[in-house]
Amino acid sequence: MSILINKDTKIITQGITGKTGQFHTEKCQEYANGKNCFVAGVNPKKAGESIFGIPIFGSVKDAAAQTGATVSVIYVPPPGAAAAIWEAVEADLDLVVCITEGIPVRDMLVVRNKMLRKEAAGGKKTLLLGPNCPGLITPEEVKIGIMPGHIHRKGRIGVVSRSGTLTYEAVGQLTEIGLGQSSAVGTGGDPINGLKHIDIMRLFNDDPDTDAVIMIGEIGGPDEADAALWCKANMKKPIVGFIAGVTAPAGKRMGHAGALISGGADTADAKLAIMEECGFKVTRDPSEMGKLIKAML
Amino acid sequence: MKIHEYQGKELLKKFGVVVPRGVFCPTVEDAVKAAESLGGKVWVVKAQIHAGGRGKGGGVKVAKSLDEVRQYASQILGMQLVTHQTGPAGQKVRRLLVEEGADIRKEYYVAALTDRTTQKVAMMASSEGGMDIEKVAHDTPEKILKVFIDPEDGLSDAQATELAVGIGVPAESVAQAVAALKGLYRCYMETDASLAEINPLILEGNGNIKAIDAKFNFDSNSLYRQPEIVAFRDLDEEDPDELEASKHDLSYISLDGNIGCLVNGAGLAMATMDTIKLFGAEPANFLDVGGGATTEKVTEAFQIMLKNPKVKGILVNIFGGIMRCDTIATGVVAAARETHLSVPLVVRMKGTNEDIGKKILSESGLPIITADSMAEAATKIVAAVS
Repeated sequence: MSILINKDTKIITQGITGKTGQFHTEKCQEYANGKNCFVAGVNPKKAGESIFGIPIFGSVKDAAAQTGATVSVIYVPPPGAAAAIWEAVEADLDLVVCITEGIPVRDMLVVRNKMLRKEAAGGKKTLLLGPNCPGLITPEEVKIGIMPGHIHRKGRIGVVSRSGTLTYEAVGQLTEIGLGQSSAVGTGGDPINGLKHIDIMRLFNDDPDTDAVIMIGEIGGPDEADAALWCKANMKKPIVGFIAGVTAPAGKRMGHAGALISGGADTADAKLAIMEECGFKVTRDPSEMGKLIKAML
Repeated sequence: MKIHEYQGKELLKKFGVVVPRGVFCPTVEDAVKAAESLGGKVWVVKAQIHAGGRGKGGGVKVAKSLDEVRQYASQILGMQLVTHQTGPAGQKVRRLLVEEGADIRKEYYVAALTDRTTQKVAMMASSEGGMDIEKVAHDTPEKILKVFIDPEDGLSDAQATELAVGIGVPAESVAQAVAALKGLYRCYMETDASLAEINPLILEGNGNIKAIDAKFNFDSNSLYRQPEIVAFRDLDEEDPDELEASKHDLSYISLDGNIGCLVNGAGLAMATMDTIKLFGAEPANFLDVGGGATTEKVTEAFQIMLKNPKVKGILVNIFGGIMRCDTIATGVVAAARETHLSVPLVVRMKGTNEDIGKKILSESGLPIITADSMAEAATKIVAAVS
């Protein structure tokens, strides 16, 4: 097993005809069972055509109805990305993965509140991963997003992080010491996003094929602390924790829109302290993440 | 992106928030003329820099005559204003705002910002205006009131009234305070701000409500659709190296240490800085070259790092995914040659085409030190510079 996606997942790509969408769709198709998983693309102007053998539909609703797909991945440029998320939510998909970086925060606020209203009114709940995230992968089954597939191995360690390359760093260490991953998930660097650390930790906790988790965070926002408190009360599996940004100055946006220290709880030190209190094995040396998890198994 | 107080007040005024009459002044003569044209007996001369804490640093003065206006304006204009937000070097004052004096009966705090936990807009208000709000939040959190707003609904009259009454605005002034809060909220939303703060919002002796200060921060993701805000940008207030980097689509922030670092990805870049510190040195910068680094981009990045005279060594840390290690290695070699690199360089690369990348580095004939892990890279660069 794994979390959120597996070899049987059927996926729609929104923004499949753009440069980024094409590049990554091809890579995702090449990875493991990708050929069978990526079943549809969306572009209202190119409905009826196809790309890499994938049929293009005029809307997410059409694509889902015709192919039975339940997940979408979005490479649409920032000005239209929030609307693309909403289109996928309106089509009642299970999961939307938004890779796009640079979406206006106000657009994300509006779409997140629309999603909450839809759920509150009894509508289907669609999960959102991202935006501004690398996506997620279940090694040797399927990858949705922009991570390098070849560094992953199938295994029993879960990885969750806001950052792309820092996730790859953890995955690379695990693979190198002979541990594989059940799933690796990037929740994204934006301040207003969908699934958070706490949601992914819940899923890993419930996944019988995950034995332990590496949870990586960074400065800014309450996500890591929220997850740590939940884990203290509920998590049955060992966790190694790392927070990036001990040396980050306050008030500066460190690359990610959400990586900004605006108060005491936003700092790496504060988050590391909470994680330690909640029973995580925390480290300040990111080169040790793999070794530490191996020692805990 | 930040703007000046006088620009923030222009925005607030547009959205119906009452601000004191004031004039933006680039020279001392302009300041005196402004005071004359404003009339009255009391004026406030205010330094316009992007950092907060201007009053404590001597950048805000109350003048009781035109001579005092002249005196304060010449003192403040051109000074290196040091506040808790500028760093020890301070920020040079190039612009002034001269305003009519206000009859302050009571100071409040109001602000709009995006709340990450509830994913709504938070409007905050406090009776403790004019103070450092972080301190109020820490010492007396019960004195900060908050309402959360779904952008589909907007700030309701009931919510705004709850805040105004809650912070003790007298009954006869509540309507004005509600108008100010609603104006602030609309201004926040329509300009794509990430923070809009009025500290203080004052109650005057005659019962009027006015915004005496204005602090704004804008979401950089939204600037493409906010030309009016972009026009407010003051490049004098920005770090010249950070500005240069942004032109090349590099995310760069100057820090105080002596190890320059070049990394792909924001999270890994911070982790690299932290590792440098963990092994005994301090990073000179944050630099994320992003996902699509080319030889040109890597060369630019080297040039920007090397402009900093404190840099005694460079650590390159790349996790090659979509970006291949051989591309980066070629870029690093070209950049080292082009910049006639004279400080130690440690390169750690992992991932796609790692072996080809390492081969390019070793065959370059340059004294590049390679490392396998981040810890090893940090140890080696720290040893090389000490």
